[in-house]
Amino acid sequence: MPARIPRVYRTEAIVLRQRKLGEADRILTLYSPQLGKLEAIAKGVRRQTSRKAGHLEPLTWSTLLLAHGQNLDIVTQSETVESFMPLREDLQRLARGIYAAELVDRFSEARSENYPVFRLLAETLRRLATPADPADPAVRLFELQLLAFVGYRPQLDRCVVCSGPLTPVTNAFGPALGGVVCPTCRAGQPGLWPLSVNALKVLRLLQRGDWATAAGLRLSVELQSEIEQVLRGYIRYVLEATPRSAVFVDALRRDTRAAPRSPGDLAEEGPAPLAAHSGA
Amino acid sequence: MNDVVSAAAAPVARLIDEFHKLPGVGPKSAQRLAYHILRTSADEAHALAQAIVDVKEQITFCSSCQNLTDIDPCRICRSDRRDTTLICVVEEPLDILAIERTRSYKGLYHVLHGVISPIDGIGPDDLKVRELIGRLQGGAVREVIMATNPNVEGDATAMYLDRLIAPSGVRVTRLARGLAMGADLEYADEVTLTRALEGRQQV
Repeated sequence: MPARIPRVYRTEAIVLRQRKLGEADRILTLYSPQLGKLEAIAKGVRRQTSRKAGHLEPLTWSTLLLAHGQNLDIVTQSETVESFMPLREDLQRLARGIYAAELVDRFSEARSENYPVFRLLAETLRRLATPADPADPAVRLFELQLLAFVGYRPQLDRCVVCSGPLTPVTNAFGPALGGVVCPTCRAGQPGLWPLSVNALKVLRLLQRGDWATAAGLRLSVELQSEIEQVLRGYIRYVLEATPRSAVFVDALRRDTRAAPRSPGDLAEEGPAPLAAHSGA
Repeated sequence: MNDVVSAAAAPVARLIDEFHKLPGVGPKSAQRLAYHILRTSADEAHALAQAIVDVKEQITFCSSCQNLTDIDPCRICRSDRRDTTLICVVEEPLDILAIERTRSYKGLYHVLHGVISPIDGIGPDDLKVRELIGRLQGGAVREVIMATNPNVEGDATAMYLDRLIAPSGVRVTRLARGLAMGADLEYADEVTLTRALEGRQQV
């Protein structure tokens, strides 16, 4: 006789997103270190007295008890491991956290375990919840690491066409080719974007995945915007879609330019990133 | 479902089908509702049908607060007993009913008809944000109360509107958050408990 499947199981997970279901329920998209991405029903969490609701908000890392359901599993208990609270109090950081969760959602297959992705998301949210750490370099590091963990690591160390070494001149980035193309191989290749020497340097630095380096980076607005555009373009190519929350991140940046509220915003965003928008 | 429908007379089957489209109504409930209508008097059935037609034909958005109304401006906006220097911003028309039940708020409302949800692609332009900003232009409004739901989307919306409104000098406040009536301390999450501690008051 086969071993009986236990009725409930326990897992940790970060809540990526949620959508309403029926009167008072929600369907959650979770990312678990052992199970990868999964969906589960949280019953009654829209009622005011729900004991679970606060532990199941998006961008919360919780320990969950799940019961096998007919279709989707059902959350029966939950307790917060980490709520990344400062992230929720700063709209710029919150928007970037939601963006990170959306990318994990889009790049993951259901129920396919990928522990490095879980660790990366947890660390990214932790960095975004640290007001002293600049938010944008952390998101770029997240993007590069995520691409590597799901099998789309861009080749930044040598030319993807001739495999020759890259010289410190303006090279090109080819999303379809998956990496950098040297000026010699560039001729005749369609769909390439120029990539400055400094942008390549920063991308290589971030690709190593060292958070302390990312936290110490002080980039000019132009450089920041260049690496963001290159990575976003590459992600758009791989996903064949534009992450929706990126649109909101951009909208916030525009509004911040119009009305900076605190010195922190200015330090982080720098003066108007005009190039990013007028160029696009 | 389809077998049952075809076994019923055509007009009954049509009614079952229509009920089945309503939220939360499954095939069995749809049948029960349809047969209930069959048993009620013609007057009652007409009243129901008329109510449905009226709601579709007569209800519009209030040009000021964007609430659903049959007269424009709506009864709250045209009332002379309301404090016109206060605007309470809510996500949905039903939230107004909830706040009105408290009988402790005497200001005006503004319905956003949704909430910012970046991951679903819903941004400020999809909500009645421009209309809200327009209402603040006259300078008569002293305070805007954010009564969006206490979750990630509600918080994002409140913070976004705060950024937009605060530079104009209008006071922006947010409903207090903390422990719910009838709640249990041991089940409270850290965010709620932290906010509850911050907002503690003398007994």
